Amino acid sequence: MEYFLELFFSGLTRGSIYALIALGYTMVYGIIELINFAHGEIYMIGAFVGLVVAGVLSSFGFPAASIVILATIAAVIYAASYGYTIEKIAYRPLRGAPRLSPLISAIGMSIFLQNYVMLSQTSDFLSFPSLIPEFGFLKNYESMIGSTDFLIIAVAAIVMVGLNLFIKFTRMGKAMRATAQNRKMAMLVGINVDQVISATFVIGSALAAIGGVLIASHIGQINFFIGFIAGIKAFTAAVLGGIGSVPGAMLGGLILGWTESFCTGYVSSDYEDVFAFALLVLILIFRPSGLLGKAPIQKV
Amino acid sequence: MKRSLLVLLVAAMMTIGSFGSAIAGKIVLGVPGAHSGDLAAYGLPTVDAAKLVVKSINESGGVNGMQVELSTQDDQCKPEFATNAAMKLLSDGVTVVLGHICSGATKAALPIYKDSNLVCMSPSATSPSLTLSGDYPNFFRTIASDDAQGALAAMFAAEKLGLKKPAIIHDKGDYGKGFAEWTQKYLEEKGIKAVLFEGVTPGAVDYSAVVQKVKASGADGVIFGGYHPEASKIVSQMRKKKMTIPFLSDDGVKAKTFIDITGKAAEGVYATGPQDITANPMYKVALDQFKAANAGKEPGAFYFEAYSAALALLKAIDYAKSTDYDKIVEALRTHEVETPVGKIKFDAKGDAIGVGFSVYQVQNGEYVEVK
Repeated sequence: MEYFLELFFSGLTRGSIYALIALGYTMVYGIIELINFAHGEIYMIGAFVGLVVAGVLSSFGFPAASIVILATIAAVIYAASYGYTIEKIAYRPLRGAPRLSPLISAIGMSIFLQNYVMLSQTSDFLSFPSLIPEFGFLKNYESMIGSTDFLIIAVAAIVMVGLNLFIKFTRMGKAMRATAQNRKMAMLVGINVDQVISATFVIGSALAAIGGVLIASHIGQINFFIGFIAGIKAFTAAVLGGIGSVPGAMLGGLILGWTESFCTGYVSSDYEDVFAFALLVLILIFRPSGLLGKAPIQKV
Repeated sequence: MKRSLLVLLVAAMMTIGSFGSAIAGKIVLGVPGAHSGDLAAYGLPTVDAAKLVVKSINESGGVNGMQVELSTQDDQCKPEFATNAAMKLLSDGVTVVLGHICSGATKAALPIYKDSNLVCMSPSATSPSLTLSGDYPNFFRTIASDDAQGALAAMFAAEKLGLKKPAIIHDKGDYGKGFAEWTQKYLEEKGIKAVLFEGVTPGAVDYSAVVQKVKASGADGVIFGGYHPEASKIVSQMRKKKMTIPFLSDDGVKAKTFIDITGKAAEGVYATGPQDITANPMYKVALDQFKAANAGKEPGAFYFEAYSAALALLKAIDYAKSTDYDKIVEALRTHEVETPVGKIKFDAKGDAIGVGFSVYQVQNGEYVEVK
C-alpha cells in the first residue's frame, strides 16, 4: 500500500506539471483552434528567468521564501510577455490564412526559441537552486511526498481553481467563453476578440512559467531543450482530456502522470512512453474528442 | 584497345614498383584509417603518431638495422573501403598494420590480414567482439574495449562496495545500455544478480517513480549506464528520499559538469573513467614530439593510443629479430613496452594489459581516484 501511495504521489506531481502546461495548449486551441507548439519553449524560458532572478536575489542575500515568490513572479511576467509577443508576430498576421500556415509558424517559433536560448545562454545543463526549502511537516511520509512535491501539487491545485473561477465569473472569462463559442458572433456583440486572444496567450504562458520554475527547482537542473519533451507530454495530456476543454487538460495531465508513474512502478520504465501513448491512442479511438471534449456539431 | 593496353602497362609497372620495397629489405608499417571524410579527425592523428614514431626509430638506426617506411591507406571508416585498403596494403608488402580506426572497418579488413599472416593493431576500435570472439588471433589494440568498463564496474561493485543486490539502470542508448549489460554480465559471473534492470527515458520530467522502484526493490546500490544529466536527476532524487546507498556510473558521468549540476548530492558518487596517463614518462615524449612537429596544435583523438601501438609493433619486431608473424605475436604477448599509455603487453585475446579504466569518487566537489 505504501508503494502504491508513493507512485500515486509521484504521478500526481508529474501530472500537475503536465496539467499546468497543458492548460496553455488547450486554452489557445479552444479560442483560435491553433496548436501553439512554441508553448513548451515558454515553459523553458520561464525556468531560465527563474534561474537568473534567483541567482541575482540570492547573491543579495534575500530569504529563501521571498526568492521563490519573486523568481516566480519575474518568470511569469517575462514568459507572459513572450507569449503576448509570439502571438502578435507569429500568429496574428496569419489569422486569415489556411490552418496549416500558423501551425508551421508555431513549429518555426519553437525551433527559433530553442536555438535562441541555446546561443544566448548555453547548451550545457545548468544547476537550478533548490528554491523550495525542505520542511518536515509530514515526518512519517517523507519518502512518499517531499516538500517540493507538496508545493507543486498545491500550487497547481490553487492555480486550477483560480483559473476556473476566472473563466466562470470575470468579464474577461465570459468574453473568452464567448469567443471560444463563436468568434464572429462575439465580435458582433462588441467583444474585442484580439484582446481576448492576447489575454489567452498571456494567461497560458504565465501558467507554463509557474510550472517551469516549480519543476526546475524540484529536479535541480535545466537546459534549453527541456521545453520540447515537457511540451509534447503536455500536448498529449491536453488531447487526452479533450483539447479545448480546461478541466479536460487538468484531468488529462493527471491521468498521463499516473499512467507513467504506475507503469514505471508495476511494469517497467522501459515502457513508460509506450503505455502513455498507447493510452492516448485508445482514448482517441473510443472518444475521438478526448475525455471531456465536446464533439463539434456538424451542420448538414 | 590502345588505352586499355596502356592501363594494363601502368598497372603492371605500379605493381612491380610496390613489390620493389618489399624486396629491398625494408619494414613497411601500414596505416589504414579514415584520412578523409567526416571521420578524418579520428584517423589523421594516427598518421601523425606513426610518422613521428617512424622518424625517431629511423633516426636511432631503424628496426633490426632496417629502415621503416609508411604506407597510408584511406578507408573513411567504411567497411567496403577498408577491404580495398587492406588489399592495397598487401600489395605494398606491409610488415605490420597500424589500424583500422573504426570497429566496423576493422572487422571488415581483419580476415584479409589473417589470411596473409599479418599483425593488425588498432588504436581506437573498442568493439568488444574484436577480441572476445576469438576469431582474430592477429588482432591487438592499445585502447580498452567497451566491456572493460563494465568489468571494472562489476569488480568494484562486488569487491570494494560489497553489493549483493544491485539495481542497474540505463538510458536505453547504445553507450549507456551497453555499459549496463556488460556490467550485469560480469556481475552474474560473480554470482550476483541484479534486482532491477531497467531503462529510463532521457529528458523525462522526473525520475521519482523509478527511484521509488529502486527503493522498493531493496537494492543495496545503484549502477547507472548513461550520461550526466540523467545521472544527476536520479541521484538527486535518491538523496532527497534519504536513500544513502552507493551510486556507481560510467565515464559519461565522470565529468566536472555532473558535479556542478548535482551539487551536494554528487558527494560520494562513484564513476569509472579512463586512467590518467599524463604521469607516464613516454606521454611527455610523445606530446613534445608532436608539439615540435606541429607548432601550436594539440594532438587529436587517439594520438597517444596510436603512438603506443606504433611503438609496440615496431619494438616487437625489434625484439623478435624477425618479421615472422608467429615471432611478432609471441613478442607482443611476452615483452613489455614502455608507451605513452603505460607499460603494456598484450593478453591472449589481444587486449593491452595495463590499459584501461580507474574508479573515481566525488569527494569535496572533485573526482578523486579510488585506489
